[in-house]
Amino acid sequence: MSRTTLDLWVGFFVAVGLGALLFLALKVGNMASSSSGDTYAIKAKFDNIGGLKVRGAVKSAGVVVGRVGEIRFDPEAYLAVVTINVDTRYKFPRDTFATINTSGLLGEQYIGFEVGGDTEMLKAGDTIKKTQSAVVLEKLIGQFMFNKAAEDGGKK
Amino acid sequence: MSSDNLVEIRDLNFTYDSRPILTGINMMIPRGKVVAVMGSSGCGKTTTLRLIGGQLKPTSGEVRVGGQVVHQLDADGLYGLRRRMGMLFQFGALFTDMSVFDNIAFQMREHTDLPETVIRDLVLMKLNAVGLRGAHDLMPGELSGGMARRVALARAVALDPMLIMYDEPFAGLDPISLSIIGELIRKLNDALGASSIVVTHDVQESLKIVDYVYFVSAGKIVAEGTADDIKNSKVPYVHQFVWGEEDGPVPFHYPSRPYGEELMERRARHG
Amino acid sequence: MDNGLSGALRGLGRRVTSRIWRLGYASRFFLAIMLNSATALRRVHLTMREIYFTGVLSLIIILVSGLFVGMVLGLQGYDTLQRYGSTEALGVLVSLSLVRELGPVVAALLFASRAGSAITAEIGMMKATEQLSAMEMMAVDPIARVVAPRFWGGVISMPLLAALFSAMGIFGGYLVGVQLIGVDEGSFWSQMQASVDFREDILNGVIKSFVFGIIVSWVAVFEGYDAEPTAEGVSGATTRTVVTSSLAILAADFILTAFMFTGT
Repeated sequence: MSRTTLDLWVGFFVAVGLGALLFLALKVGNMASSSSGDTYAIKAKFDNIGGLKVRGAVKSAGVVVGRVGEIRFDPEAYLAVVTINVDTRYKFPRDTFATINTSGLLGEQYIGFEVGGDTEMLKAGDTIKKTQSAVVLEKLIGQFMFNKAAEDGGKK
Repeated sequence: MSSDNLVEIRDLNFTYDSRPILTGINMMIPRGKVVAVMGSSGCGKTTTLRLIGGQLKPTSGEVRVGGQVVHQLDADGLYGLRRRMGMLFQFGALFTDMSVFDNIAFQMREHTDLPETVIRDLVLMKLNAVGLRGAHDLMPGELSGGMARRVALARAVALDPMLIMYDEPFAGLDPISLSIIGELIRKLNDALGASSIVVTHDVQESLKIVDYVYFVSAGKIVAEGTADDIKNSKVPYVHQFVWGEEDGPVPFHYPSRPYGEELMERRARHG
Repeated sequence: MDNGLSGALRGLGRRVTSRIWRLGYASRFFLAIMLNSATALRRVHLTMREIYFTGVLSLIIILVSGLFVGMVLGLQGYDTLQRYGSTEALGVLVSLSLVRELGPVVAALLFASRAGSAITAEIGMMKATEQLSAMEMMAVDPIARVVAPRFWGGVISMPLLAALFSAMGIFGGYLVGVQLIGVDEGSFWSQMQASVDFREDILNGVIKSFVFGIIVSWVAVFEGYDAEPTAEGVSGATTRTVVTSSLAILAADFILTAFMFTGT
């Protein structure tokens, strides 16, 4: 085989391989959308985070605006402390309400921001005051049964 | 130290895995001469070549090539020395992934900055010397045994070495190729003004072309002299070797106990 | 007192020490490759040639295997996911399995048996026919001229082959899932993009395949260089290359996975 044919094949191979990598990065992965840009960290305390995971999504109005950075247990207050890395492009009012939601009935859990009306914005290091914990399905069902039983008892 | 000798080997001992391979070897290879090292297979001939080329280190004693003690050279010094040596390996050892042309051009491309046109002229010149200029496009796999050996010979002399070593150059060749190679060894040596060491067990062919012979048996030199000295040697081993007698100092039988004794023992066991 | 027992112990001891000695020898060899890599990297065409032999010639087997593995993942994944009514997660399942695990690992296993064994056989035959010795006598270091280009050729080819395997597999999963079974195309791709993270999943997969490339190439050149210079020696070394590098790939995969994917 001559040098030029060999070079051609190797060039073709490397180009196709890099193309595959690019395909994985852009079409399969979320490199295009995650924009891996700068973030600022804020904190939120929850009674119960349910199944929330590190790197879970943080959404506002259904759009991803950040990622869960770290989840810690505060041994004094007995609360879960979640660090949230928010994209610097987005600013949220100080009275933003953080809830832990579930996508679908059994899907992944994510943090949802419901925006308040405060004029002052959250800065890096701030803590969100108003939070709502994850809905624990077992608790919900238990509550429902208890209420039902109480209702039935009341009727008799 | 006389400067007439290109290679001087003094009191050389070499042991491998505490098994002595060579003991007390003294050899001189004068400049411009073709010297043969003969002996039966496994007597340490190839080891001698590897010691000269610096691929092995002697256990004691020394090998001097061009006045330099080979085993005391550092890597650069050794490589510098090897550039002035050519070696023909037992079955040619041509690079199977390169054409005949690239095989011979290999050292020129590795060690010199010669332009490709000059390399082309040099390679064709070397190939012409061994009569294979027309075969430069072939791959080693397409060559016959004798042709491969000639290409390897052309490769060994590619950089006009001062010392050419041949490891069994006659092994496995037909009679015609045999005499061609023999002729070439002599001619190339004289044309290049080099010195040659031919390690072989082919007595008849090599005695025609060499100036001096060392006879090695079991790691020791048992005889030395010119071709005529060797032919008329009274040393029993050399006599047996040169005339190809089947029994002599090298016995026909592998060492064993007396035959009768062994037969009696078998009979006793089975009876 | 007991000859059989002490004999067995001695045999065990000898085997352990020889293994350790060999490991040390292989490490020194690795160091020698690193120190002699300048030639391979400066004279690019030497390495290019090896990329051709290890990479380009492995393309067919990698692409076809990738396609089939992806198609099987599509079928199996659909079958499992439909029990939970979440077939639109098929894209996630196929892509994550491929990018994180199957792409690097299966491509490396195929690479070991296709290219690794060929490298070992080639270097082993060069040793058996004294080509390496001849090169040494021509004042050319065989580690720099023969071993290092093959090593780097393998190291460069492996991540590209693994990426091609994954991409082909995702395409296979798409063919089966979307074209054949009829999973919604939009959710197939969008769920995939939402859950596959570039750094966490894809980059870690690439790092894996890079490490596997080093392992396979190292084992292959070492076994070839260390082969007994006979026909049996070379065939034994070729077998050892495939066995050793496959085991090493799987062990390294476990270690790398444990480090990479535990945080999430």
